[in-house]
Amino acid sequence: MSNYKSFCLAIAVGLVLSGCGKESAQQPVASAHASGVLLDTGGSRKGDFGAPQGEPINAVLTNPPNVPPPTARNYPAKVIVELEVKELDLEISEGVKYTFWTFGGTVPGSFIRVRQGDTVEFHLKNHPSSKMPHNIDLHGVTGPGGGAASSFTAPGHQSQFTFKALNQGLYVYHCATAPVGMHVANGMYGLILVEPPEGLSKVDHEFYVMQGDFYTVGKYREKGYQAFDMQKAIDEHPTYVLFNGSESALTGPRALKTKTNESVRMFVGNGGPNLVSSFHVIGEIFDKVQYEGGTRYQENVQTTLIPAGGAATVEFHTEVPGTYVMVDHSIFRAFNKGALAMLEVSGDKRADIYSGKEQDEVYIGDKLESLASVATAQEARAKGTLTKAQQIEAGAALYKGTCSVCHQDNGAGLPNVFPPLAKSDFLTENPARAIEIVLNGLNGPVKVNGATYNSVMPPMSQLNDDEIANILTFVNNSWGNSGPAIDAAQVKTTRAGTKRAEGAAH
Amino acid sequence: MKTLIVAAALSLAWASGFAANLRAEGTQRPAMMRVAAGEFESVLPVAPGKNRVRVASFEMDAVPVTNAQFAAFVAANPKWRRDRVSRLMADPQYLAHWQTPTTPVAAERNQPVIRVSWYAARAYCESREARLPTWYEWEWAAAANESKADARNDPRWTQQILAWYSQPAGALPDVGSRPANIHGVRDLHGVVWEWVEDYNGLMVAGDNRQQAEADDTRFCGPGALTMEQKEQYATLMRIAMLSSLKAEFTTATMGFRCVR
Repeated sequence: MSNYKSFCLAIAVGLVLSGCGKESAQQPVASAHASGVLLDTGGSRKGDFGAPQGEPINAVLTNPPNVPPPTARNYPAKVIVELEVKELDLEISEGVKYTFWTFGGTVPGSFIRVRQGDTVEFHLKNHPSSKMPHNIDLHGVTGPGGGAASSFTAPGHQSQFTFKALNQGLYVYHCATAPVGMHVANGMYGLILVEPPEGLSKVDHEFYVMQGDFYTVGKYREKGYQAFDMQKAIDEHPTYVLFNGSESALTGPRALKTKTNESVRMFVGNGGPNLVSSFHVIGEIFDKVQYEGGTRYQENVQTTLIPAGGAATVEFHTEVPGTYVMVDHSIFRAFNKGALAMLEVSGDKRADIYSGKEQDEVYIGDKLESLASVATAQEARAKGTLTKAQQIEAGAALYKGTCSVCHQDNGAGLPNVFPPLAKSDFLTENPARAIEIVLNGLNGPVKVNGATYNSVMPPMSQLNDDEIANILTFVNNSWGNSGPAIDAAQVKTTRAGTKRAEGAAH
Repeated sequence: MKTLIVAAALSLAWASGFAANLRAEGTQRPAMMRVAAGEFESVLPVAPGKNRVRVASFEMDAVPVTNAQFAAFVAANPKWRRDRVSRLMADPQYLAHWQTPTTPVAAERNQPVIRVSWYAARAYCESREARLPTWYEWEWAAAANESKADARNDPRWTQQILAWYSQPAGALPDVGSRPANIHGVRDLHGVVWEWVEDYNGLMVAGDNRQQAEADDTRFCGPGALTMEQKEQYATLMRIAMLSSLKAEFTTATMGFRCVR
C-alpha cells in the first residue's frame, strides 16, 4: 500500500504540473543548411569537454541585480555551488509584508555562473528556521527532474548532487516541491548562466532582472502583512507582477545605473508561476536578444516574450541620457500591479539623436476646422470693423476646441450631467451671467429648462477677452438661440471685477 | 442579560480550567479525546478505485506532547537524552533547544516538543502504552473544525491552514491555544507539523512532478489527487513535509502526539 500511495501521488501531481517538467530532448538550434553557413553548436552532444581539471572552484553567487564575473576559463572545472534556502518576511510593496521563500535570501535567488562542460557540485541547504521542505530543479541540468528529486531537503538539512553543464545558455532554476505553484509563487526561482566555452563578449554592465507574479489575500498595496492566496494563484489573477520581487527593487534610489555610450547586457528571467512576460524597455531598442538565452540572436527587437520558466539575454547600447523604464508591456501589469523597473543613464545630452521637447502648443485636432476665422475676427476688431457674423464664425471654431467636449457640438449638453446651451432658458434670461460663468466657472446646482444639474464647470479664464466674446456670441446665436453679440469690452470689465487670480485655469 | 454574562463567565472559567488541565505536566496522564469512527475521502487513495477511507474510533491526545512531558520521559529513559541517544535514532539537532540534556527552557515547558525524531516520538508513545497515529487517523481527526467532522470544504478551514503555511516559523505558543475541534482535539493545524506512524509510506517522490509510467495510470486514475481543490493542497503540503524526512531527522517545527 505504501508504494501504491507513493506513486499515485506522484502521478497526480505530475498530471497537473506536467507543463513544469524539464524537457529532456535537446533540440538542435539549427540544422546545417545547404549553404553550410548555419551549423548547430552540437548542444549536449558536444558539451562534454571531459573530466574537470584544476582545483575545485567555489562559485561566486550574487544577489540581484548583480551578476557574477565571467568564469574567464578555457578548461572544464569542478564548480561548487552552495545555495541556502531561507523563508523570510520581506517588503513586497511599501508598507506591505509578504513571506517569501528564497534561494539565498533574495527574490529572485542568487545568480549562478558556470562554463559549459563544468562539473557542478550542488549543495542545497534548507535553513533550520524553515517550515517547509524544498528542492531545486535547474533547467540547465541534463537528468530527470533537473535535480529536484536529488535535492529534496527537510528544514535544517542539506543535500548534495552533481551534474555536468552540457548545454550552454541562460536557464531558470526553481523549487519543485509540492505544491510547486506555491513554492514558485513565493519567489523560489532564479537564473543560472552556462557560458559558452569561449565566454560572452565584453560589455560595460551586466544586470540580473527577473519577473514574477504574486498572489496576496489583500488587494494591491493593501498595507500590513499579506498572506498567500491559493485561489487567486489557481485563477491566475495576480495581485502583483514584479521585477526582482518588490515594487521598489529597481526604482528610485535602487534604479539600475549606467552612463551614456555604454553597452548593457541584461539577463532577464521569468519565474512565473503563471504569467508570460512581454519584456520591453521604454525608449530603448534591444540591439540583440537571445531568446531563451539560446545560441542565436535576433537584432533590433522592441519587445521580447519571456515565458514563465524561461529567460532571455538582451543587449543594448546607451546613447541618450535619461530614465528608461522597464515594463511588462502587458501594460496594466506595469501600472496597476507593479511591473516597473528603472535604468538611469547619465551623461551629456545628445540633441542630435533625441532633442527633448521642442514645442508645446495647443492642438485641438480635427475639431479645429480652421482657426483662420479667429484670426480674421481679431484683425477686424483691431480695425474696428468686427461684425456679428465674424464673431459667430470665430466663436464656432473656438467653441469646438474648448466647450464642445461637455456641451456637445449641437449645444444639447448631456442629460443630467452637462446642461444644454441650445434654447437654454438659463442662458437667455441673463446673457451677462454667461460671461461670469465662463470666466469663473460654475459650481453647484442650476436649473436649466426645468431640469436640475449639479456639476462643476472649471473657470475658462485662460481664454482672452476676444475669444470669450466670440464664443458667447456664437452660443447666443446658434441652435435656435437668438441673442445679443457680446463685446470684448464687456468681458474685460467682468474680468476686472472678478476676485479670482488670472491664469489659474484648469 | 445578567444570566448571559454569568454563563459567559462560567464558560470562560471552565475553558481556562480545561486549558490548565491540558497543560498537565510530567507524569500526570495527558488528556485524550475520543475521535469517532468515520469514513472520508483521503487525499491518498487506499487502493485502486477506492478513495473512501474508513477509520475506526480511537483516542487521541487533546494537544501535542509538550517539552515538560517529554522531559519526564527522558528522565525515565536516559538513553533518549540528547547526549546519549544513538545517532541512528536522532540527528544532532535532537532536543537542541533544551537548556540541558534533561531540562527544557522554563518558558517552553508547555510548548509542543519539537526537534524530536520519529524513533523518539514512537518510543515516547510506547512508554505511555500508546502509539503514533496512522496518516489516515491523523488526516481524519484533522479534517474537523469546531462543528463538523469533515470541514475540508469550508474555505475558512483552508485559509486558516494556508495562513500558517505562509508565515515563517516564529515562537511557538503553549499547547491548547487553538480552539478544540468537534472531537475535542486542539492544535492539529497552525502550530507544528506532527509525526505519523506510517509517514514513510506516504513518501512522495522528491520531485513531485514525476511522470509515471503509462501503466500506472490504471491504478489510480479515478482516485487520484484532484489538485484544483485547494484544501487538498493544504494536506498535500503536510505530506510533502513528512516525505522529506528520514526517521532520525528532527526539525524546529516537527512535533507529535499519541493515540490509542
